[in-house]
Amino acid sequence: MSSKVERIILAGFGGQGVLFLGKVIAETGMHAGKFVSWIPSYGPEMRGGTANCSVILSENEIASPMVTVPDTVIAMNRPSVTKFNQKIKAGGMLMYNSSLIERQEFRDDIRLVEIPANEIAEELGNPKVANLVMAGAYSKFSKLITFDDLVACLPNLVKGAKKEMLDINLAAFKKGFDFVEEKKYMFGRYVYSVFKGI
Amino acid sequence: MAKVLMKGNEAIGEAAVLAGCRYYFGYPITPQSELPAYLARRLPEVDGVFVQAESEVAAINMVYGAGSAGARVMTSSSSPGISLKQEGISYIAGAEVPCLIVNVMRGGPGLGNIAPAQSDYWQATRGGGHGDYRTIVLAPNSVQEMADMTIAGFEFADRFRNPVLLLSDGVLGQMMEPVNLPEPRDYDVNSKKWALGYKGSDKTERNLCSSIFLDQDELEEHNWHLYQKYQVVTDLFSKGEFKDFAVEEHLCDDAEIILVGYGIISRILKTVVEKCRKRGIKAGMVRPKVLWPFPTGVFERLAKTASQFLVVEMSCGQMVEDVKLSVDGKKPVFFFGRTGGTVPSDFEILNEVDKLVRPD
Repeated sequence: MSSKVERIILAGFGGQGVLFLGKVIAETGMHAGKFVSWIPSYGPEMRGGTANCSVILSENEIASPMVTVPDTVIAMNRPSVTKFNQKIKAGGMLMYNSSLIERQEFRDDIRLVEIPANEIAEELGNPKVANLVMAGAYSKFSKLITFDDLVACLPNLVKGAKKEMLDINLAAFKKGFDFVEEKKYMFGRYVYSVFKGI
Repeated sequence: MAKVLMKGNEAIGEAAVLAGCRYYFGYPITPQSELPAYLARRLPEVDGVFVQAESEVAAINMVYGAGSAGARVMTSSSSPGISLKQEGISYIAGAEVPCLIVNVMRGGPGLGNIAPAQSDYWQATRGGGHGDYRTIVLAPNSVQEMADMTIAGFEFADRFRNPVLLLSDGVLGQMMEPVNLPEPRDYDVNSKKWALGYKGSDKTERNLCSSIFLDQDELEEHNWHLYQKYQVVTDLFSKGEFKDFAVEEHLCDDAEIILVGYGIISRILKTVVEKCRKRGIKAGMVRPKVLWPFPTGVFERLAKTASQFLVVEMSCGQMVEDVKLSVDGKKPVFFFGRTGGTVPSDFEILNEVDKLVRPD
């Protein structure tokens, strides 16, 4: 991952909060003094269909806000992996919601990070915060936003929210971050070997 | 004021309020619906009026009315809706009523689709409706410019008593970027001497705003008057006060190939220029920020130094005609376009540049 710019595609089912997840990352980047952009997909989608957005965080002014070759894909459901897996830059990262996506033959030239986001969110008592678990996890890898930036920015994102909602959002960030910190995720080569039975 | 992360559509709405616009009339259509949604909430907070009209035709005629009464007023729509508004825009231009019209372009012709496009360039820059008239056309390329050009649009409209069109597209309308919002400006509804209900020192003036001139000589005189006004506007944008506002140049001085694009395309072209430079290709970019009057001067000048031009649009080739007219056959002008809602990637454009600079 380049230290200057991070191009991210975030994808999932409508209702999983991927557009909001993108906004959390973009707004956090902005408050951390970075250049940011956020573009949603807004096609004629059906209920239960897929949604995605493209986010760029950058130390320099962003020329094109379009993301064709993402450094990172955050996939919340299986169709998102199918759609974006091949677009990830070699050496990039696929962070996926392993609660809904089974381990499979992924590319072996990218870093794989599996986060059981739904399970973690359910442990926290609210399955809706699975997206924010991913935000916490992403902050562990990002060179442009930190966990502390996320925490500091949260009040701007959920204005007027009740304290318990704020607390559960913070807990989701923390759980996601800790999950990566404790290295419970797997690296590409390893997953690939497991799959191949090597 | 601190930066705010906003959608392009919302930035237009907030900027309009800050510019003193208190009247919005419109009808929802993707991909610009966030704009009326924003103003439906925001305008009542500042004692403004928001009306979701029964149709686009009704909305533009409400704009005609409010504008005639001296108010800062706007409407917005996306391509098919703007087509519906053309009759009203023609009347407004004929009656010389200032207003701001926003087009967040989507794929056409016909119902087309809701994806981003730039295929309304001809409609925007050639008048659009019937009769000899022009609208000033501004083309932002970022959320910040969506806000800045909204404010500039109201100023131009008032100064020249002419409708101003903000020509944007689905990407710019939907995307979020940080915006620095300007300070609010005071606007006095009773500041236009020609407006209906204008109150002079001791009485209300008997004014009339109309585009009807049944007498042939009167209409001819009026049309030449409009023509003169358009000449003044053209001069101000090409060599006068707004010369620098009208166009952005990027690394053009030593460029052999000049890439030309407006709106969201210009952002992609900037990335292409960076990549070209890394590969040793001397590329530069010209971005018209004002589409009418078209910044012909910059092309006349660069036709002397550059060896070729590549115009990139999300259409089958519309602005390329203005570039060709400006270059006037002195250098070859090529075109690359994607349409139907597809935004070209930097890779495909780079590929086109490669074909032109390394033809073998």
